[in-house]
Amino acid sequence: MAQASQPGLNRPKTQAGKMPYWVEPVFTIIAFSGFVIYALWEVLFHNMGTYHNYVSPFFSPDIAGWFGLHILTALYVAWMPLIFRFSCYYYRKEYYRAFSFHPFGCAVTEPKSHQTRHYNGEWKINNLHRYTWFLAVFVLIFLWKDVVQGFIFSNGFGVGIGSLILLINAILLTGYTFSCHAWRNMIGGRKDCFSCTTTHGPKQKPASYGIWQRVSALNVFHGWWAWASMFSVWIADLYVRLLMMGVIHDVRLF
Amino acid sequence: MAEEFVLSIFRGDAEGGEEVEYHVPRIEGMVVLDAVHHVQAHDAQDLAVRWNCKAAHCGSCSAEINGMPKLMCKTRLDEYQGETVHIQPMRTFPIIKDLVTDVSWNYEVAKKIPAFNPGVAAPFHMQQWDVDRIQEFHHCIECFLCQDVCHVLRDHHEQDEYYGPRFMVKMAEFEMHPMDRADRIPQIKNEGGIGLCNVTKCCTTVCPQHIHITDNAIIPLKERVADRYYDPIRNFFRKLGGKDENAKQETPT
Ligand code: SF4
Ligand code: SF4
Ligand code: FES
Ligand code: FES
Repeated sequence: MAQASQPGLNRPKTQAGKMPYWVEPVFTIIAFSGFVIYALWEVLFHNMGTYHNYVSPFFSPDIAGWFGLHILTALYVAWMPLIFRFSCYYYRKEYYRAFSFHPFGCAVTEPKSHQTRHYNGEWKINNLHRYTWFLAVFVLIFLWKDVVQGFIFSNGFGVGIGSLILLINAILLTGYTFSCHAWRNMIGGRKDCFSCTTTHGPKQKPASYGIWQRVSALNVFHGWWAWASMFSVWIADLYVRLLMMGVIHDVRLF
Repeated sequence: MAEEFVLSIFRGDAEGGEEVEYHVPRIEGMVVLDAVHHVQAHDAQDLAVRWNCKAAHCGSCSAEINGMPKLMCKTRLDEYQGETVHIQPMRTFPIIKDLVTDVSWNYEVAKKIPAFNPGVAAPFHMQQWDVDRIQEFHHCIECFLCQDVCHVLRDHHEQDEYYGPRFMVKMAEFEMHPMDRADRIPQIKNEGGIGLCNVTKCCTTVCPQHIHITDNAIIPLKERVADRYYDPIRNFFRKLGGKDENAKQETPT
């Protein structure tokens, strides 16, 4: 069944001055689809992602290069952030709503097709999200290396638009990765009693408590980090791609 | 500005019913429950509505206002300026009459949750900062709006498989308590059915107490379930060390 037991409106009415419920899932559909199509184009049709000192986040680290491979090089990297995001609690919310209509919006009746299919809840595989977090951190280390490299031009230190784009991208990805729910659990969320674990007496707050609190503060905006970092990866890659294609030229600020 | 509000209230019971339109004079700052009371006093004395506090504290006046689960006493009518306001009973629970539903299923679930089990007799000492995180869960007023909106219960009728968001909050309240010695993880996973929640967050959206149900209760519990059941590396070390990492820590002094 996919119907409420009592009669009533099958979707909430839009309140004056508020967005209709369908705006968010429709935006999600457009943005995710756009990103996936772009990513496929980037991954399947390009083997290089470096323009002088700028490296596109799709091609870093150069895992293919480590093994002496030269084709589909982005593929060796892209799977890591892909499974990280696919199993992310925030993305789960977005795709269960937008793509599987479970539900499309709050208090929106599910489609008729759900009436004949049993609902089994979440995919169990998503419980492995914690492992993908380590992959994401691994990639992030290289992106920070790329940021440093982005400020070092052939004639020494400098700042270009590209350097700033890579820097902002790395900041947003760091915010996203370190506001993760699995990390929040690992760093202390799984403890019931922080004061019981400290060796300095129960009044002393252990370091893990402080970190857990900070992660929790970041976590409130996890959805924001998720969107912002997805778009920053997109922009950073597009910028490097357009430079490589000669469509645009990098502007050196100094 | 219109001098009156137009309400369309569901009248009926389990046999069926329909919405009936009522006109209520406009009073500055009026909430939906005020208007329903006006209808009850002037137009339909037999209109059934459950309420107690008129202050968003008792959790009795839950209903669906223009299709969205809300407290009638916390929803101002001027938010619906110029519209007909549809008021219906909660759709997830069996209707008794008009706006009153039978929410007793929730009390049956509540009985299944083992009481707080401190292992030692009170009084005991805790650090305030250790219990800060569960204070949020104490704000619940048991309005059951989250249960009403949750698609697992509302659309899929999995009442026998899933306790619902309100009781995940209750579970979290005990599970994260520094003094609780009960092992609640198996129940949360199995009878509690936490895997049925797909973190779509509608419970959080409707909660009048602004409890971060999904982010602070359900997802941390899902992570604890994963710690226990879905983490092969953790399991390996648990077996190797012959200790259960999830066992409760020693009683603090
Ligand atoms: S987040 Fe989970 S519990 Fe809350 S409404 Fe959605 S499915 Fe139900
Ligand atoms: S968690 Fe919020 S929405 Fe759910 S019963 Fe408690 S107060 Fe109501
Ligand atoms: S929950 Fe979103 S990245 Fe882990
Ligand atoms: S009457 Fe008590 S919550 Fe509305």
